[in-house]
Amino acid sequence: MTDDLTDVLREQVREAGHAGTALRIRGHDSKAFYGEPVDGKPLDLSAHRGIVDYEPTELVLTARAGTPLAEIEALLAEKGQVLAFEAPRFDGRGTLGGAVASGLAGPRRPWGGAPRDLILGVRLLDGRGQVLRVGGQVMKNVAGYDVSRLMAGSLGTLGVLLEISLKVLPAPIETRTLLLELLREAALARLRELARQPCPLSGACHLDGRLYLRLSGAHASVDAWAQRIGGEVPAPGNTFWEHLRDQRLDFFERPGQTLWRLSLAPATPRLACERDSLLDWAGAQRWVFTDHPAEAIREQVAAYDGHAEIFHRGEGETAPFQVLSPILVMLHRRIKERFDPAGILNPGRLGAVC
Amino acid sequence: MRDSTLEQRRHHLALRFADHLAPEFILMNEEERRPYECDGLSAYRLLPLLVVLPGNIEEVQAVMRVCYEERVPVIARGAGTGLSGGALPREDAVLLGLSRLNRILALDPDNLCARVQPGVRNLAISEAARPYGLYYAPDPSSQIACTIGGNVAENAGGVHCLKYGLTVNNLLALEIVTVKGERLRIGGSGLDSPGYDLLALLTGSEGMLGIVLEVTVKLLPIPQRTQVALAAFDDVEQAGQAVADLIAEGILPAGLEMMDQASLRAAEDFVHAGYPTDAAAILLCEVDGDNDEVSEEIARVRRRLLESGASEVRTAHDEAERARFWAGRKAAFPAAGRISPDYYCMDGTIPRKHLARVLREIAALSEEYGLRAANVFHAGDGNLHPLILYDGNAPGELERAEEFGGKILELCVEVGGTITGEHGVGMEKINQMCAQFPPEELQLFHAIKAAFDPHGLLNPGKAIPTLNRCAEFGAIHVKAGDLRFPHLERF
Ligand SMILES: Cc1cc2nc3c(=O)[nH]c(=O)nc-3n(C[C@H](O)[C@H](O)[C@H](O)COP(=O)(O)OP(=O)(O)OC[C@H]3O[C@@H](n4cnc5c(N)ncnc54)[C@H](O)[C@@H]3O)c2cc1C
Ligand SMILES: Cc1cc2nc3c(=O)[nH]c(=O)nc-3n(C[C@H](O)[C@H](O)[C@H](O)COP(=O)(O)OP(=O)(O)OC[C@H]3O[C@@H](n4cnc5c(N)ncnc54)[C@H](O)[C@@H]3O)c2cc1C
Repeated sequence: MTDDLTDVLREQVREAGHAGTALRIRGHDSKAFYGEPVDGKPLDLSAHRGIVDYEPTELVLTARAGTPLAEIEALLAEKGQVLAFEAPRFDGRGTLGGAVASGLAGPRRPWGGAPRDLILGVRLLDGRGQVLRVGGQVMKNVAGYDVSRLMAGSLGTLGVLLEISLKVLPAPIETRTLLLELLREAALARLRELARQPCPLSGACHLDGRLYLRLSGAHASVDAWAQRIGGEVPAPGNTFWEHLRDQRLDFFERPGQTLWRLSLAPATPRLACERDSLLDWAGAQRWVFTDHPAEAIREQVAAYDGHAEIFHRGEGETAPFQVLSPILVMLHRRIKERFDPAGILNPGRLGAVC
Repeated sequence: MRDSTLEQRRHHLALRFADHLAPEFILMNEEERRPYECDGLSAYRLLPLLVVLPGNIEEVQAVMRVCYEERVPVIARGAGTGLSGGALPREDAVLLGLSRLNRILALDPDNLCARVQPGVRNLAISEAARPYGLYYAPDPSSQIACTIGGNVAENAGGVHCLKYGLTVNNLLALEIVTVKGERLRIGGSGLDSPGYDLLALLTGSEGMLGIVLEVTVKLLPIPQRTQVALAAFDDVEQAGQAVADLIAEGILPAGLEMMDQASLRAAEDFVHAGYPTDAAAILLCEVDGDNDEVSEEIARVRRRLLESGASEVRTAHDEAERARFWAGRKAAFPAAGRISPDYYCMDGTIPRKHLARVLREIAALSEEYGLRAANVFHAGDGNLHPLILYDGNAPGELERAEEFGGKILELCVEVGGTITGEHGVGMEKINQMCAQFPPEELQLFHAIKAAFDPHGLLNPGKAIPTLNRCAEFGAIHVKAGDLRFPHLERF
């Protein structure tokens, strides 16, 4: 299925701009829970879809924002390639535009990057209904400011993404999962040791006294490292990583409870709020359920120069995102003003400033 | 009298800076300022109003505050190896030399990162990390000299970016001093930060949005082993196809470089790397990883290259031979310098599939302008470095070389690429920016600049052309009456 709805979308944005109507941009709405809620007229991108260009030998894929991730991943798989950032698919859904706009990445992030690392260029509609093209379709490009990376993680507050070009990578020849029974501190110590060796890690997660490791690479290398590290291979190894990526592990199944996401240096010791947590990204991303108050959590994390956000908001919880410093607030305001002078694109989704 | 005004300004500023810096770090005399008159693009030279060499962040803040109050432009400078005139001075601007800020502040092997000052040389980071088995991946060929601050400002690449990414993919945090002299921290110890990705926006911003005063870089484990294959081809097109075939096979080399006959011969004469000088082109394909992985991969590479028509594939027998294979590639620029009084290094990126056509066009332009060109190419990521050979003492040759270079960049845009892959726009490619970007997008860039620097004091006039400038540039083009590249098909 393929459809270019640029003209329709442009008209909708222009009209909203004139009338000052707020728009709530949505793909599959699979991440509606994430960020601040937006009160606005839905601008539906899911029909603006289709892969525009894919040349496996160039390692570049260009697709319309409403294209389902599943469709893209299936096409890439035919050619032995992947989106290295392993976009989470909540409820099995998700569009490319939503994946890029949310900036979220799966278990391979420390080794494979996030959307911001793989984005090459975008075509977008700004708040005035102007179509802008930033970046390009080549892998190295330093002409002008890097506006396309700025779109990753901006949650639709700067523009309606229309078309996205990404760097894709060859799929690993072999992938294997190992499982070690280790308590958390021992697991982190083991990870620190492995991280300093050329070990082909592509996933490292600690949960309930178990360290799950994923190795990806050439056969010989995966074999050799699997032997060296030891540990049993759990039966459907890949399922674990899929479930981690899409938050389908039992750990995540706590409807109504606040789920925090902490971003920290991997070797950061256990914080007071982390009694009930899952470590991903070798310790650099921590999913936490806690009854500590938000300010306490943010303080604990700030002491290690990290940051904390509420991913799933429970009943009566505070703002999901951290308050920015005054200079950052000013910069965000000015940038937002340029892209969206009337403030109609997902107003407030990324916090009070934008 | 303009000159006397400048002289007065110089003295006035020097007095104000003297409140904050020792006199030996405020350079006023012409002979003291002379070494700063150009960067690596030495065809452009201008003396700065004044040079200041602060020794810590507080001194930088003080300098910036004074300049902001006085509305004096500031141009940051690292090692001055930039190839696009990014650090080119202005006679009305203060040149802010950051070379004294050259300390590695922290090396954290547990968290795979290092926090360094902007004047630290790129290679010095990897040297400091080596005892821990770690290194900093981006490796521009200038890495013994260029600074990490300059790398951030240019989003520098290197021969290993296909696999390991550019500077922007290897950073965690920056400490910025704003145009007003305020400190601003961007990023953090983790991989994600709240708000917009200003870390990405600052990277590659050519000193126009803020001054980089601290950089936290990611470190990676040193690969256990590295092996390189050298493949010779009788035909450039075939070499280009071989690159596509390698990628199609699922191989992601650590480095993948191409040299055409002119550049490989010049390099061979210079460093005796053992290149096959009768080849039309050679490919260097490097794989790294652990021992087993490398053996497996290099065998695949060899097979693939032979199947793609390589007339010969050699793998290095030992580290010395590997170094020799690379020595030729790394000496490509100076080698060009040996066969010509001057050379001009270009830096466009193209979708790789257009390589053969772009090389044909460059050859045609070479004929048209009566100037030789040698090509080296980061083949894996499509980043082309044509070297235009000319003689700066021959009247008109520099101008011809520049025009030739401009045409190559426009050709890169024409086939869907970009005018700069890693060297930046600076002063050099400011006109070609007009060819790549329509007015709305240039306006967007100006608005971003204004968000950080409302009075336009940071490295003014570089990187983003004014719309007026583009109108003039466009007018010249139209006057010459030529549709650009009429011989190319349009798409
Ligand atoms: C032989 C040779 C080979 C090269 N090979 C490569 C290569 O392989 N890949 C590549 O990418 N480049 C290469 N370069 C270009 C150059 O080395 C890089 O652009 C490098 O990043 C420049 O660093 P520098 O410290 O010399 O910066 P400078 O030349 O001093 O400055 C470059 C720009 O950065 C700004 N700047 C410098 N420091 C700061 C700071 N702290 N804060 C804010 N702005 C700052 C300056 O204003 C200027 O705009 C090569 C150059 C040479 C001469
Ligand atoms: C002239 C020639 C022709 C060939 N033709 C073919 C062909 O047609 N088809 C084909 O499939 N293969 C062929 N091969 C073999 C294949 O290409 C080899 O895999 C390739 O030569 C790799 O060489 P290598 O130096 O990487 O050795 P490898 O086989 O990778 O390694 C040799 C041994 O040295 C050790 N070793 C090497 N370097 C290091 C290091 N830095 N650190 C630690 N240990 C190290 C390894 O452990 C290994 O046991 C040929 C080889 C040669 C030399």
